[in-house]
Amino acid sequence: MTAQIQYADVEVGTELPAAAFPVTRATLVQYAGASGDFNPIHWNEKFAKEVGLPDVIAHGMFTMAEAIRVVTDWVGDPGAVVEYGVRFTKPVVVPNDERGALIEVTAKVAAKLDDNRVRVDLTATSAGQKVLGMSRAVVQLA
Amino acid sequence: MALDQTFVGRSYPPTDPYEVGREKIREFAVALGDENPVYFDPEAAKAFGHPDVIAPPTFVFAITFKAAGQVIQDPQLGLDYSRVVHGDQKFAYVRPVRAGDRLSVTSTIEAVKSMAGNDIIDIRGEVHDESGEHVVTAWTKLVSRAPEEA
Repeated sequence: MTAQIQYADVEVGTELPAAAFPVTRATLVQYAGASGDFNPIHWNEKFAKEVGLPDVIAHGMFTMAEAIRVVTDWVGDPGAVVEYGVRFTKPVVVPNDERGALIEVTAKVAAKLDDNRVRVDLTATSAGQKVLGMSRAVVQLA
Repeated sequence: MALDQTFVGRSYPPTDPYEVGREKIREFAVALGDENPVYFDPEAAKAFGHPDVIAPPTFVFAITFKAAGQVIQDPQLGLDYSRVVHGDQKFAYVRPVRAGDRLSVTSTIEAVKSMAGNDIIDIRGEVHDESGEHVVTAWTKLVSRAPEEA
């Protein structure tokens, strides 16, 4: 576990390896238990539709957690993430089948900062819709 | 109903400590499908200079959001929680949360706005460990959607 990204090795525009994260109803039940967020819009289709949603939706915090994996898998040490922020723009709709939904994440270096830090801008989409906006992380490199 | 602007700047008492456990971190990482060994193996974490397994970056939200409940459920503020959606979320880390931490949160209302009938509130949660060291700050924007026209 010594794979560290060197500040000198990245430029503005450097793309991080993209990733896609599948999410099914079972994933959401497991995340609800682990996070303590039992809002029924994340597991009860009838309830979700009654409050005007198209179907069960993923927890916004689940999507946020998956998106940053593109950064943490890249740097190796998740402790290198100094800042991370997102805006929740559209829900990830999760149908009740074995395929569920897919959260597709890309990221690139947007700025080189002082002290060997970089700003990484992320995009996250599901079913062709942008699900996170203003999604940015500041990362400490070696 | 527009929220009371005088709540801006109000802080709530620090929460009782939340003790971060290795198994809770493991459970959270497994739920994400994230197999990074620094979440599971203390030796892997030590290789990066961490004294114990660390938590994924968003793990602390469960703690800060529970603390924000003091604000959300403050009857004097009068936020309609049944209509609340999560607008934005941001974290700034001094260091990663790790197993063994006993974390306390102080919540402060940073801003209160009303736009097009929606109530918008920004809550800052300052997270400190038992020694008083600042660990992370979480900013949460909540939007209480305007009721539909009857």
